[in-house]
Amino acid sequence: MEGSSKPGAVRGARSKREWEQRTLREALRHQPERPDSFTTVSGMPIERLYTPEDLGPDWSYDARLGYPGEYPFTRGIHATMYRGRLWTMRQFAGFGTARETNARFRYLLQQGQTGLSVAFDLPTLMGRDSDDPLARGEVGREGVAIDTLADMETLFESIPLDRVSTSMTINAPAAVIFCMYLAVAEKQGVPLAKLRGTLQNDILKEYIAQKEWIYPPRPSLRIITDLMAFCARHVPLWNTISISGYHIREAGSTAVQELAFTLADGLTYVQAGIEAGLDVDAFAPRLSFFFNSHNDFFEEIAKFRAARRMWARFMRERFGAQNPRSWMLRFHTQTAGCSLTAQQPYNNIVRVTVQALAAILGGTQSLHTNSLDETLALPSEQAVTIALRTQQILAEESGVAHTVDPLGGSYFVEALTDRMEREALDYIERIEAMGGMVAAIEAGFPQREIAEAAYRYQREVDEGRKTIVGVNRYRMDEEARPEILRIGPEVERLQLERLAQVKAARDERRVQRALAALQQAARGEENLLGPMLECVKAYATVGEICSSLVPVFGTYQEATVL
Amino acid sequence: MVQERPLRLLVGKVGLDGHDRGAKIIARALRDAGMEVVYTGLHQTPEMVVETALQEDVDAIALSILSGAHNYLFPRVLELLRERGAEDIPVFGGGIIPEEDIPGLKQAGIKEIFTPGSSTRDIVEWVRTHIKPRGWNTDAPQERT
Repeated sequence: MEGSSKPGAVRGARSKREWEQRTLREALRHQPERPDSFTTVSGMPIERLYTPEDLGPDWSYDARLGYPGEYPFTRGIHATMYRGRLWTMRQFAGFGTARETNARFRYLLQQGQTGLSVAFDLPTLMGRDSDDPLARGEVGREGVAIDTLADMETLFESIPLDRVSTSMTINAPAAVIFCMYLAVAEKQGVPLAKLRGTLQNDILKEYIAQKEWIYPPRPSLRIITDLMAFCARHVPLWNTISISGYHIREAGSTAVQELAFTLADGLTYVQAGIEAGLDVDAFAPRLSFFFNSHNDFFEEIAKFRAARRMWARFMRERFGAQNPRSWMLRFHTQTAGCSLTAQQPYNNIVRVTVQALAAILGGTQSLHTNSLDETLALPSEQAVTIALRTQQILAEESGVAHTVDPLGGSYFVEALTDRMEREALDYIERIEAMGGMVAAIEAGFPQREIAEAAYRYQREVDEGRKTIVGVNRYRMDEEARPEILRIGPEVERLQLERLAQVKAARDERRVQRALAALQQAARGEENLLGPMLECVKAYATVGEICSSLVPVFGTYQEATVL
Repeated sequence: MVQERPLRLLVGKVGLDGHDRGAKIIARALRDAGMEVVYTGLHQTPEMVVETALQEDVDAIALSILSGAHNYLFPRVLELLRERGAEDIPVFGGGIIPEEDIPGLKQAGIKEIFTPGSSTRDIVEWVRTHIKPRGWNTDAPQERT
């Protein structure tokens, strides 16, 4: 009983269990905990308190964390992180015609944005022309309409391609659009070796989540490995694939599923590259990632940190990569569109701020903050400015960018990071037991897991077990409606006219010759990028180029899973 | 005593839009509420949707559109239903649809539009109240083929 006789003496607990018995039990008697379920937005249970005991006996700083800029990069891929350079503020934009999007790009660059990010319309994303019957009503609505090289020339008019980095969110027809970008660079006199940017080019997550595909998975992988090989030789600074969890999460997955399926997709691309005869260190440094940042602050931070550590280990241990750049998981983040509400839309600014902060504390390399009006329509200029200012305030006023990985060593964050890793590894093992991601997709496995999680989440919201402010609690009758951006029907008409003009002016024989050569290359082993570039320069359309490969590659039909 | 048969609904994704989270959730919620649901899968043309609705003999069509093409696609489905003499099949839907577009869509004949934040309970409730088995006549139930 030493020490306890002295009045006012404080003696602390020596273990969590002791604390529970000594202090907690009494505290709970006076003040029971709230009846809420303490789980993350993904349903992962969260403990009342985390202590060194929660890290387990084999936890070691060197093995689990290490130093920033060093393997396994848990604390970040750069030694100085944001003290050296802030993340790239990159707002995704695109609507209407190439002319309108070009104006938005120039506005964003003037406002201090540091990289471009192109949103394409649905017909373009599906490899279809604006005059395709299925494109009716969709032209220029969700992004910019690109039919031929002529549109791409307008899109980047007066934007020197050696001075911006451009991210292009395009997948099934990614190689075609990339060839157009190369052709524009050539016309501007910019050497290909100077081009910097990212192509999303992640077809696997299309089958899993976003559902914009043309060909089946296996020939699609061939186009991707051709592109990786081409870039390794000619466009060395280009990020060839942005392996994306974003859409997986938007489709309703949990954070662990997002992490697991994205890394499993990444492993598939690396394996495909190696099987195509490429040296892993020749292409792996140009793979990058793209994650979602959802509402649950710590779960997201843990996800980003776990992702870096897992990828580093896979690359070094499984694939034997030697170049440290091959081990580094570099990633872009976008705040979660699916978390925003149409109700009381100004509240979305706050949600986006919290999500953006999680991405920054998770060590993102670039960030898109969603605009408050995105559940209503494409963002207005005012809304997109607030979203950009949110990043600038976090970067320059909040102080969070002053030190590297400020949450590293938090018992909670480290325990959660370990748990995300463990659960994601379980998923990856299950996928590999099925024969890998392509086989798992063909069996509908990730699709089913996501649909299940989405339904579970919706029920929790509908039953009030998860609170969404303004939707199932704190509702209001009168709501302020922001001004939204409207895309008029004239966009479709203008784009159709333009397409007709380009088709009338081009050398039709050159187009047909180039398309035939591309199809011929597809039947053999030749890299498709060269012949594709010829098609683009002949002003063949996206639809013509994509459909010329259908007789060789076939089309994809999804086995619908409910 | 005649037992009312369960409602039979088509849940469809029309156009190039691949966002199927909402459509799948609605399909499941309706099914869990005891209704029969035919889900079309993705990338359907208005013609395909109408064809399926007729073949499957559904009581209503629910369409999900998040691509901004609703002002073209919804009216087009209604037009095709009229052409096929099936304008008695009610059509409702949901998605990213600006408030201002809703009156026009309703005027065109869309029965209801559910926007983001709608709960599946409200949607199920709405269906129960507003959709009736088509061609169901309590005097002569056995005539249904």
